[in-house]
Amino acid sequence: MMEPNLMGGLIGGSVIGLAAVLLLAINGRIAGVSGILGGLLVPTLKGDRAWRAAFLFGLIAGAALYGAWRGTLPLQLDVHGPVLIIAGVLVGIGTRLGSGCTSGHGVCGLARRSPRSLLATVSFMAVAMLTVYLTRHIFA
Amino acid sequence: MKAIISSFLIGSIFGFGLAISEMINPARVIGFLDVTGQWDPTLLAVMGGALLVAATLFPLVLRRNRALLADRLVLPTKTEVDTPLILGALIFGIGWGLAGLCPGPALAGLASASPSLAGFVIAMIGGQWLVSIWQRS
Repeated sequence: MMEPNLMGGLIGGSVIGLAAVLLLAINGRIAGVSGILGGLLVPTLKGDRAWRAAFLFGLIAGAALYGAWRGTLPLQLDVHGPVLIIAGVLVGIGTRLGSGCTSGHGVCGLARRSPRSLLATVSFMAVAMLTVYLTRHIFA
Repeated sequence: MKAIISSFLIGSIFGFGLAISEMINPARVIGFLDVTGQWDPTLLAVMGGALLVAATLFPLVLRRNRALLADRLVLPTKTEVDTPLILGALIFGIGWGLAGLCPGPALAGLASASPSLAGFVIAMIGGQWLVSIWQRS
C-alpha cells in the first residue's frame, strides 16, 4: 500500500487543469485524450491531424521530462498478457463509443458543466470500482 | 504551424501534470478504484485540482468564444443522453478497472518504454478503430 500523495495530486491536477484551459484558449480545442487520439485515426476535417499528433507526442515528452528530472517515472503495472490487451481494447471501444474518457468527460466536460459528461463520469467510475472489487477481492 | 507547436507544448504540460500527480502509475489509479480495500484518495485530489482550475477559467474562454490561434472553439455539440454514451462509459469502466489505465496516462506512460504499456496502447487504438469503422458502416 502506497501512502496517499494528496499534495502531488493537487499540484499535478492543477497542472492538468491548466493544460486543458490553455488548449481551449489557444487552440480552441477540448483536451480529451481519447477524442484527440480518435480524431487522429479517423479525421473528420482536412488538415486536422497535425495538432492531434503534436499533442499526443507532447504527452509523452512531458512525462519523459518529469522522468529525466526525477531520475525515474512512477509506473507500476501489475496486469500483463491477455488481460492487459483485453483492457486496452475495452478502453478503446468504450471511449470512442462514449465520446470521452477521464480527461474529456471527467475534467473538461465537468468543467463545462455538461450533463452528458457528469453521467458518463459517474458511470465509468462506478463500473471501474465494481470491476476492481470483482477482480481483486472476489475472483482474486 | 503555431497551432501545432502550442499543441505540443500544452500536451507536454498535460503529460508533466500526469506524472507529478502519479496518475501515470496504474497502481495509484487501482488504489483509488479499490474502495473496499485500502482506499487511496490521490485521484480525487487530482480531479479536484484539475476541476478547480478548469471550472474557474473555462467560463472566461467560453464567453470570449474564440481562441488565440483559432476563430472558433470546437466544442461537443451533443447534449442529449443516449445509449452509446452510457454503453461506452460502462465498457470503458471495465477496461479502466481491469488495468488501471485510461488513454492519457497510457500514452504519457510510453515515455517509460514499457513494452506492456505499448501493447495496451496498440490494443486501445484497435478498439477505437473498430468503433469508427462500425459507426461509418
